[in-house]
Amino acid sequence: MPARSSLPWLKPAIFTGALIPLAAILIQAWRGTLSANPIAEALNRLGLLALTFLILSLAMAPLRGIFGWSWPIRVRRMLGLFAFFYALLHLTTYVALDQGFAFKAVLQDVLKRRFIFVGFAAFVLLVPLAITSTNAMVRRLGFRAWQRLHRLAYVATILGVIHFIWRVKKDVTEPAIYGAVVVTLLGFRVARALKRRATR
Amino acid sequence: MKSGTPIHSDVTPEPLYKSRREFVKNALLFTGVAAGLGAGLLKLTGGASRRSTAPSRSGMGAGPDSLAVTRRENSAPGESMSTFEQITTYNNFYEFGTGKADPAQNAHTLRPRPWTVAIEGLVREPRALDFDQILQWFPLEERIYRMRCVEAWSMVIPWVGFPLAELIRRLDPAPSAKFVAFTTLLDPEQMPGQRSSVLDWPYVEGLRMDEAMHPLAFIAVGLYGKVLPNQNGAPLRLVVPWKYGFKGCKSIVSIRFTEEQPETAWNRAAPDEYGFYANVNPEVDHPRWSQVTERRIGELSRRKTLPFNGYAAEVAHLYSGMDLRKFF
Repeated sequence: MPARSSLPWLKPAIFTGALIPLAAILIQAWRGTLSANPIAEALNRLGLLALTFLILSLAMAPLRGIFGWSWPIRVRRMLGLFAFFYALLHLTTYVALDQGFAFKAVLQDVLKRRFIFVGFAAFVLLVPLAITSTNAMVRRLGFRAWQRLHRLAYVATILGVIHFIWRVKKDVTEPAIYGAVVVTLLGFRVARALKRRATR
Repeated sequence: MKSGTPIHSDVTPEPLYKSRREFVKNALLFTGVAAGLGAGLLKLTGGASRRSTAPSRSGMGAGPDSLAVTRRENSAPGESMSTFEQITTYNNFYEFGTGKADPAQNAHTLRPRPWTVAIEGLVREPRALDFDQILQWFPLEERIYRMRCVEAWSMVIPWVGFPLAELIRRLDPAPSAKFVAFTTLLDPEQMPGQRSSVLDWPYVEGLRMDEAMHPLAFIAVGLYGKVLPNQNGAPLRLVVPWKYGFKGCKSIVSIRFTEEQPETAWNRAAPDEYGFYANVNPEVDHPRWSQVTERRIGELSRRKTLPFNGYAAEVAHLYSGMDLRKFF
């Protein structure tokens, strides 16, 4: 009998579930039911998916800490890579479909609009994290250095929330909820670090 | 063991039996977790399937919904009209929710009859007018106008209604009236979005008197030859085609003539982002996005935004000598 802890279904299930929203966007776009403004709708959904996956990936360590489960850490890398994947699709949709590859207008937007600047900065921070996500890279950097580097995920997530808050026209309820979740997760991390320091 | 009752282990060897059970269990867990994650993400990020609630276009031109139009004018010549479905499912009408699809879903709670409009302020005879009475005063015309939203998207809409100037002449404001303010219904029962304080309700918009008297300024009571759908501001709304869409006060219950410039809803909510004038102007950016281009709903590439939304020849003189960067 295989070891119970191996959970062979776990990673394929997360992988499949993570692609369902993308499938929904593509199917609705194909059928013409992605609202009357499909590019804006796709852009909003992809951005929100990127932010959601970032937050999910950050929630895995606290989940292990609180419940003692080991599975959250095993899916964390996949969640982080999906965050990068959706962020990349979000950025590509903006540059290619929304702006029609008008790179000058895009560059002006990035420099002039603070909400686009922070969103772009968040994406740039995710690039080294995606590149160094392999086991070989963890070994090459050494676990400590790798771990320090990957704390950038918090910075990118906070920038993502700011990007969201500055984007909405008036109703900040939804971005505020995302922000509260990020602050809570950061709180767990800080509390744990303080506890460690105290017991040392 | 070639004879006698077979026992289970003869039929299915125990390891195989166990591995099959394991396989079924894993398949169920896989399906459950994948579907659960997928459904959760759809719910959270807005991909959950929504029924399209657009009123059908069948029977247009006949039936109780259709309006008799005596005159037609196309003020967006050579441009194809947005579809009825686009115009009635993609709306900003925060009284029914902040999402673009919310008004089409939620506006069924609005009761556009009976409907009275209060005529107030500096006017010869302040009074409450029944909407059906107002309708009888004017022959209905169709006006095809571009509609440019401040969020940098646009449509072309065949409105049905009458010129605002005709209505104002009827109402006979005092010469001291310099502005006219329009107010949307305030009733959280009919307008559930008003239970949230996203704007300071009721919604108020206003025009300078000379703007209001301009022949392009229009009161719409219908679109595509039919009675105005609730999500588009039934039973009557303002249409000012050279200004951003938010100037078009919907479901109007009050028209007030004043000497002072009225305080308008978006201007109060974010004065640095939404001015009183709100003339479409590609040279004045919204602080958070450019107004140089716009996406026509249904088109892939963006098009250039025109000064005064393409109506500069008709209206630019209203603002001669004014600094439009200051009075945006």
